[in-house]
Order: sequence, then C-alpha cells, then structure tokens
Amino acid sequence: MITLQWLYTLAGLMFAAFALLSAFDRTNPKRFGNAAFWGLMALSLLAGDFVGDFGNGLLVLGLAGLAGFGFIGRSQPPTTSDEEREAWSERLGNRLFLPALIIPATALFGTLIYNYTPVGDYGWFEEKRETYVLLGLGVLLAIAAIFAWLRPPPIAPLQEGRRLIDAIGWAAVLPQMLAALGVLFAAAGVGAIIGEMTAAVIPRGSVFLTVVVFAVGMALFTMIMGNAFAAFPVMAAAIGVPLLIQGYGGDPAVIGAVGMLAGFCGTLMTPMAANFNLVPAALLELKDQYGVIKAQIPTALPMLAANILILYFAAF
Amino acid sequence: MNYWPLLGIALVVVGFALRLNPMLVVTAAAIVTGLLAGMDIAEVISTFGKAFNDNRIIAIVWIVLPVIGLLERYGLQQRAAAVIRGFKNATTGRLLLLYLAYRQVTAAIGLHSTAGHPQTVRPLVAPMALAAAEKQHGELDEDTSEKVKAYSAATDNVGLFFGEDIFFAIGSIVLIQQTLLTYGYNLAPLELAVWAIPTAVVAFVVHGWRLVLLDRNLRGAGPSTMIAPHHTPSDTPPTGHVGAGS
Repeated sequence: MITLQWLYTLAGLMFAAFALLSAFDRTNPKRFGNAAFWGLMALSLLAGDFVGDFGNGLLVLGLAGLAGFGFIGRSQPPTTSDEEREAWSERLGNRLFLPALIIPATALFGTLIYNYTPVGDYGWFEEKRETYVLLGLGVLLAIAAIFAWLRPPPIAPLQEGRRLIDAIGWAAVLPQMLAALGVLFAAAGVGAIIGEMTAAVIPRGSVFLTVVVFAVGMALFTMIMGNAFAAFPVMAAAIGVPLLIQGYGGDPAVIGAVGMLAGFCGTLMTPMAANFNLVPAALLELKDQYGVIKAQIPTALPMLAANILILYFAAF
Repeated sequence: MNYWPLLGIALVVVGFALRLNPMLVVTAAAIVTGLLAGMDIAEVISTFGKAFNDNRIIAIVWIVLPVIGLLERYGLQQRAAAVIRGFKNATTGRLLLLYLAYRQVTAAIGLHSTAGHPQTVRPLVAPMALAAAEKQHGELDEDTSEKVKAYSAATDNVGLFFGEDIFFAIGSIVLIQQTLLTYGYNLAPLELAVWAIPTAVVAFVVHGWRLVLLDRNLRGAGPSTMIAPHHTPSDTPPTGHVGAGS
C-alpha cells in the first residue's frame, strides 16, 4: 500500500536535492544557509519519525534560526530568459497546457475513479489520503511527459524547483510552524481562557446578540489560532452548546455548520493562516506580504454578517 | 484561572504588526506560551517538535514546484497570457468569476486539493488575470498589477473556503460532527454539509460583486477613457507576467 510516508520520502529527496544544489551554487552568497535550511527540511521529511520529539524540536529551532537571522537568501538558478520564454510559448502553442493539466487531471479523475469504482477495493493507497498520493503520481507523470516531449537538461526540474522554493523562502515552512504553535496554545489552555472570556461578555436574554458573540468569537479566535478547527471546539463549549442549543433551543446542525463558516471569515483576515494568506503573497512575489489579506477583508466582513443572519434565521 | 499563556498571543500579534520575521515570532511565542503553562524548556521543545512532525503533510504540496518551474521555463505564463489576449471579451473580473465558480464547485465535490496557489494560481490564474487587466487598462502600474495578483489569490481562498464544507467527508465537517457528538447530538455529516450551501451562494454573490467592481475600476482608469498619458519606455516597467525568474 502506498502511504503518506512514500510522499514524505519523495518530497524529502526533492528538498535534499535543493540543499545540494544550493551548496554548490557559487553565485549565491548565502548558499550554505540555504543548503542548511532545505537540508533540515529534507531531514524532517525523510527521518522525522526516527529522530524523536526533542530532535524534531531542535530541527525546528534550527529552521527558525536560519530564517530569522537572515542566513537564507534568494538564488538565481539557470533558467530561460523572458525572450526565450515568449519564443517557446509561440512555438509550442496551447499544447503547453497539456502537461500542466496532468497534475490536476490525475488528482481529479484518479480520486473519482478510486472512490466510485471497484478499483478502490484493491486498497492501493492509504485510506483518505488517495488525493495526495495521486497528486504525487501526477507530478511524476507530468515530469515524464515533459522529458519525453521537450527533452530539458536532466537537472532542469530540480533547478527550476529550487528557483521557485527560494522565491518562496521560509514562507514555505511557516504554515507547519503555525500548526505546531496551535498545538502549544492548546496545551497551555489558551482555548479555555478565550472561551471563558467570551462567555463573560454575553448579554443575558438576547438570542441575536448571543449569536453575534458566537460568530464574531469564532472569527476572532480563528484569527488568533490561524485556523477555524482550533476555534470551533472552544466556542462550541463556551457558547454554541450551552447557550444557543441548550439554552435557546437552536438547531445544532445550523449552529455547527454555519459557526464553522463564521470562523472561515476569520481565516481570510489573519497572517496566522500563512498557507492561505502569506504563502501566495510570496509565490506571486507581491511587495506587500499582507496584500492578499487586504484583498480579502472586504469579502470577509460582509460574509461574517451574512453568516450571523443565516445563523439567526435558520437555527431559531 | 491562569491568564499568563495569553502573553504568547500578544507576542504573535505584536510581532506580526511590527513585521518582524514570522519564523522567529512564532518560535518565541511557542516557547513563551509553553513556559508560562508550566512546562520545562525540554518539554516545550519536544512538544513543538512533535507537533511540527505531525503536520508534515502541509509540506507535501511543494512537490509540484519542479513541474511548475519546468513549464515556466518553456513559457507557460506567457502562453496563459497569450490565450487571454486572444479572447475579445475577456476581462479580469469575468475570468476570476469563472475561477471562483470552478473552485467552489470542485471543492464542493471533494476535489479541493486539485487546485491551489502553487498548482493553479501562480502558473495560470494570475498571469491570465494580468493579461486581461492589460487589455482593459493598458500598461499596468505596479499598484494595479499587485492588486490583480492579490485578487487572484483571494479568489482561490474564497472559492475554497466557501465550497469545501458542502462536501460531507471533509475534515471540518468531521470535526463539527465529533464535537457535537460529545454533547450527545448525533448528526449525519450530510445534515451539516447542506447548511454550508446558503453561505456558499452568498459568498459567490459578495465576492463576485467585488470582481465586477474590480472590472469597473480597471476599465475606468483605462486608456479608453482618459487622455493618453506620456509613456516612455523607461518609466513603464514590464508587468506582463508573474514572478521574476530572471
């Protein structure tokens, strides 16, 4: 059976190659910092289960130190110029989209076939992880197709990948760091404190205002934690279940589902949700690292208001 | 109750507001929070390390980078832009509206990991949106191209967040179900998922309206409605594609 560990190994080997290529890149004054940073990522992916919790902790401190104290920098791996790219684009035409579509198509049709035909009964892939496995398969197929068609230099996929990962830099690792921070917040009882504080500001007797505090609390606590998953159990325990469902007789399905969506409005407005908000800013090379968040706030606030209304009118 | 762990949150807020390096801010907040909660330093480091290791699945998405980079090498972004220039009626707003619908629908049927910022936004959606904006507006200044790129990423997020919960087998629905079950409310995932539909419709209308406004904005400031400004080659930076790479 193909498990997630296979994918970790694939990604780990890729990061190991990035580290090696970085180390030998004399054009980059910070080449050893980059090599160490991507090398630690490779170590985490390849051997994270074998170095122990404390070992992993030291690994994370290493990543943070290298990134935080300016030891990593952007490289300029060999690639084509804008003029060459225009020329290739002219020459290859729309066929160029075909290899780009291999990855989403493999993931999409693969997932559908695996889940809705008897193929899934063979149990080839780790349960509930088939889309990730198929994503990896799509990547390998796409690389094979590009090699068969365009015959790039053998090192090109790794150099081009390094060009992109260096453009993203530490933002590529930050989402995982934030997920780990969320675990520490939870262990320290931050959830219980927030729940108690929110429950304390509730005005007695008003269903509408209780709904408002529940939804706004979901959004705010999601902004602090970076994802709504951490906020939901806390807000459900503090307000959702005792007041809205048991106290005022609200419909639990609506309060659960729409309460979570109120949290998603918070996700749109926080740098803590790095993979959605900061990573794309790095990927698209925006000058303002908060540019994506700024573009989302005018959608997020009306959506929060809409969720409050849906909660109030549908649950009661 | 011990309120000291909130200091960790304060650190994060201040750190992000001052735009300190987020890797350091997060690490410092994690250590401070753990210590204030009564852990010793070795325990804090172990907890942080274990949680990092448990979340490695987040790093998997980067395996698409070699493919995206290879295709960029052969002009994928330029091709995406050329296709949009070929469509007479293509506008940034319409294009992003289409992508919003695509993202919501595919997420609603459980295919949320088939698109995303590395897989679709950087190589395809953003260059297409920029090419459409250039058609509407003429040469783009830096602020405008930043805005178009930011809207491209924002549209992906909005489509994903307000589509995925319609799919009943997604993590957040399972979490809601499990949480409510501990209080004795046993709901089927489907009962929860249908209540994601009203919000999904509102999201399409709200964000869609903003995309229409973006179009108006681009057109309003475009060359067709204003006296041609003095353009010299030196003061108009090329903005036709996303990313540097050169």
